[in-house]
Amino acid sequence: MSGSSHGSTKNLGAFRIKGVGRLTPARTSRFSFDGKSYTAIEGDTVASALLAHGVHLVGRSFKYHRPRGVLSAGPEEPNALLDVARDSARRQPNVRATVQEVFDGAKIASQNRWPSLAFDVGSVNNLLSPFFPAGFYYKTFKWPQEAWEKVYEPIIRRAAGLGVAPKEEDPDRYANRFAHCDVLIAGAGLAGLTAALSAAATGAEVILVDEQPEVGGALHFDTSTTVDGKNGFEWAQETAAKLAAMPNVRILTRTTVFGYYNHGFLGLAERVSDHLNRPGRETPRERLWQVRAKRVVLAAGAIERHMVFPNNDRPGILLASAARTFLNHYGVAVGRNVGVYTAHDSAYEAAFDLKRAGVSIAAIVDCRERPGEAVLAEARALGINVLTGHSVTDTSGRLRIKSMTVARNGNMDIRKMPIDALIVSAGWTPSVHLFSQSRGKLRWDEASQRFLPDIYAQDCVSVGACNGTDEASSLVHEAIAAGGGAASVSAESRFGWSGGMIGAAEGAGPDTRVKAFVDFQHDVTAKDIRLAVREGMHSIEHIKRFTTNGMASDQGKLSNMHGLAIAAEMLDRPIPQVGLTTFRAPYTPVTYGTLVAHSRGELFDPARKTPMHDLEAAEGAEFEDVGNWKRAWYFPKRGENLSSAVNRECRTVRDVAGVFDASTLGKIEVVGPDAAQFLNLLYTNAWDTLKPGKCRYGIMTREDGFVYDDGVVGRLAEDRFHVTTTTGGAPRVLHHMEDYLQTEFPHLKVWLTSTTEQWAVIAVQGPKAREIIQPFVDGLDISREAFPHMSVAECTVMGVPARLFRMSFTGELGFEVNVPADYGSAVWMAIWERAKGMGACLYGTETMHVLRAEKGYIIVGQDTDGTVTPEDAGLGWAVSKKKTDFVGIRGLKRPDLVRDGRKQLVGLLTNRPSDVLEEGAQIVGDPNQPKPMTMLGHVTSAYWSENCGRSIAMALVAGGRSRIGQTLYVPMKDRTIAVEVTDTGFFDKEGGRIHG
Amino acid sequence: MLLIHCPYCEEDRSELEFRWAGEAHIARPDAIADITDEEFAEYFFLRNNEKGLTYERWRHIHGCGRFFNAARDTVSDRFLMTYKAGLPKQPVPGVSATEKTVETYEQTEGDAR
Repeated sequence: MSGSSHGSTKNLGAFRIKGVGRLTPARTSRFSFDGKSYTAIEGDTVASALLAHGVHLVGRSFKYHRPRGVLSAGPEEPNALLDVARDSARRQPNVRATVQEVFDGAKIASQNRWPSLAFDVGSVNNLLSPFFPAGFYYKTFKWPQEAWEKVYEPIIRRAAGLGVAPKEEDPDRYANRFAHCDVLIAGAGLAGLTAALSAAATGAEVILVDEQPEVGGALHFDTSTTVDGKNGFEWAQETAAKLAAMPNVRILTRTTVFGYYNHGFLGLAERVSDHLNRPGRETPRERLWQVRAKRVVLAAGAIERHMVFPNNDRPGILLASAARTFLNHYGVAVGRNVGVYTAHDSAYEAAFDLKRAGVSIAAIVDCRERPGEAVLAEARALGINVLTGHSVTDTSGRLRIKSMTVARNGNMDIRKMPIDALIVSAGWTPSVHLFSQSRGKLRWDEASQRFLPDIYAQDCVSVGACNGTDEASSLVHEAIAAGGGAASVSAESRFGWSGGMIGAAEGAGPDTRVKAFVDFQHDVTAKDIRLAVREGMHSIEHIKRFTTNGMASDQGKLSNMHGLAIAAEMLDRPIPQVGLTTFRAPYTPVTYGTLVAHSRGELFDPARKTPMHDLEAAEGAEFEDVGNWKRAWYFPKRGENLSSAVNRECRTVRDVAGVFDASTLGKIEVVGPDAAQFLNLLYTNAWDTLKPGKCRYGIMTREDGFVYDDGVVGRLAEDRFHVTTTTGGAPRVLHHMEDYLQTEFPHLKVWLTSTTEQWAVIAVQGPKAREIIQPFVDGLDISREAFPHMSVAECTVMGVPARLFRMSFTGELGFEVNVPADYGSAVWMAIWERAKGMGACLYGTETMHVLRAEKGYIIVGQDTDGTVTPEDAGLGWAVSKKKTDFVGIRGLKRPDLVRDGRKQLVGLLTNRPSDVLEEGAQIVGDPNQPKPMTMLGHVTSAYWSENCGRSIAMALVAGGRSRIGQTLYVPMKDRTIAVEVTDTGFFDKEGGRIHG
Repeated sequence: MLLIHCPYCEEDRSELEFRWAGEAHIARPDAIADITDEEFAEYFFLRNNEKGLTYERWRHIHGCGRFFNAARDTVSDRFLMTYKAGLPKQPVPGVSATEKTVETYEQTEGDAR
């Protein structure tokens, strides 16, 4: 395949009209549709290219599998949803053929049909349709309940539904950008461009956004509007070039403003490379723009509505403006003998353009008695047959429209007119989506039968068709004013437009049983909406959900107003009283890739790694996630699994020693003359009594008295504390401290600094710990007498400035070596090298957990759960009785916190030593009690303890400490385990080892 | 995404940089250890959760780190004013902080219509 030109040898399509349209026939590309190959011209959308080759049938409908064709030429398209592939991984379902530009080699396929588009077995649903009215699924598949998930839903989803997502990972890149501007303008048609000229003239930073590949908006099809004496579309391109050259203007095309959020914040999706034949590897596919705009100008235009009449959904039936776009921009005629059915003057202009391009117009059928004079006169001049006061009451043609049936309104006499395309218009719906998303309030304009912007919630203004301003010169005035500056633009249109209708047309009234489609994408007919009202749905929100009108991916851009009018007629209430459903972002579908942008793979949730991470990995560590941290979990040797490795590590630490990476512990430097007083207020313990060079285990409660965090705090000087927190608790503890320091105790002279990532922490635990670190420590006597348990000092380790803690979370003689993070791996390597030679091991978090449980040390968040007081956890000794204030002092006195029978932390020993309890298992007193049983508490920690030679557990049990010695029961699925209640220490109860 | 004015940085910054920190102007009682259960409940548990004008605390956690006060309309999500911690409750011109009636089902149904 080739993108180069071979001129006349290419078949550009039988419906491509030479000399019409703005594409350059010299530049072509090839694509396939359902396996058949076609030629497109550069700039073609998939829709225009298919129509050029006379292909109207592009899909099957959602529910009835009716043949469907291209309906629109823009993002509102409900029918032409295709599967577009570059390769097997770069395949996207549900792509709107009217938006996707053809690229060379595109493989395009229709959806929701089997075995083929022309012969689809599912279309039997169309014949069975009397059995599938609105609400059918709700009524039929509600029983039995279990069958919904396993039987009904999968079947319905297979039969209905749209495309299929690719199985492969998305290989494309997606980018995102933040931007700020003074004025963001959504829509670059006549109104948007004029507003941009005006705003740019003031020197404001302007971002002008349009979803189409080039600016122009309605000027793509509207050839009878001239601006500054020029053809409107040419003026638009020249204006865009002029704006693009200004340093304060950025123009984003192929970019959709999909969301308008709070405080001038907008989401934009830019399609960067989906239209390129061969996008470079560095080019992202799409880009998310998050823009903060001081002001927003909405110039979103209007969307043409279809007519609601019997069998209005056959391939070959299109919106009149779409036919005009295909002709005037792409040079494609939608048929050779075209019918027009309208309630609005604008469709006449489509007929004029087609007629002048050599297409025959069977008739303009206008349901109004009195169309606009100007268009009527022009139609007569062009010799077009106009039938006013007539309606199209039916159509024929299975895979493509063959005829329309026309009748005088209120008359039974019909005539059938052969046609190969029918273009329709019921008028225009202002695009108020973004206005509504900004929380603006709409008002119903009775005269023009449309909702228009009324009360603004943000600094924003609507201009042009989305504001109900249709006439060219007033539109330009409005846009210049909205831009806030000045611009010299004059525009005029040959024809003024009038007319429009909403609701069902002739032949689709309440007395009929015909299929007159309101919502093409979800196959909702006028009859369905009436049924919903008859079944008692009186709010438009209920009608919407019962019928699913407007709930497809097009979000009812064509259908909402028709559905509302039909419901209002049935309810015999004025339209504004029936209400309008809420407009929500996104305006059009946005890919997950765009929203996710770079946040995938490793960047989805970045991992925090300690300075020793790679060294641990090299030693064969398995890691576990703790918050965002990767922590070494255990270090299996060859042939070991988790339990055998942990058993060996546990034994080795107590027999010799172990080296452990404790760097993830939260660390906060608390400094200042009032530091001790501050800690007195934040912790339950007393800190003014702690001497420099000593540390203390501290408990932090919240104001309600429940344990919030714990950790060892070392006092380095009168005014300097080194606070440690749990790994997961570090950010919230600092936040909590800052809150009190800034807002409750601002008189205290204290400064808080997070130092978690500044220190690498190497814990050396076990009988040989001192011997291991001794040679590396300078400037400090670490002997048993000079540096006892719970000491802290500054010294050097391997010449590196260090803080050395004598502390233990294992119950063994232990040290924690804190060195600046950059030296962590060097010090670790040296310590580990020596330790290894002495028979020590590396150990991970699993062994750490077992060893601390053997000693009955708690883990906040595992053995406590936010409803546990220090007393409950057996830590009442750590709550100062002398202090007159600390956070939690009053909460701890609440009646429920001091009553008898609260759950208390105790030990559990299973009667059979080999039984290891399950963490979270419930505990009962009487295993034979009928259900529901009285639950006394639950297991919080349970392990096999190699050092104890049996299983151990901790549990929160009601009145736990008074039950010591009792037998309780843990009922499991297959058996009941008897346990003895004990205190929480299982190993070295005398506690001598820690002072070794 | 909200745009929030930090009264310390004196800049409008994106909501991403801030964290909400609960209702404002609830002072911790001085002799907290001696207050009654009712007083403690009022201080610690009970919040007004008003519709419309509310006073709340925010922290510029990914900026200067300071806590400050804000007056916000919870209906429009508009920030009416922000001011430094420690200042008394600031009146918002043209807005009265009266308690609103609780919405009834009938009223919301009326809205939908």
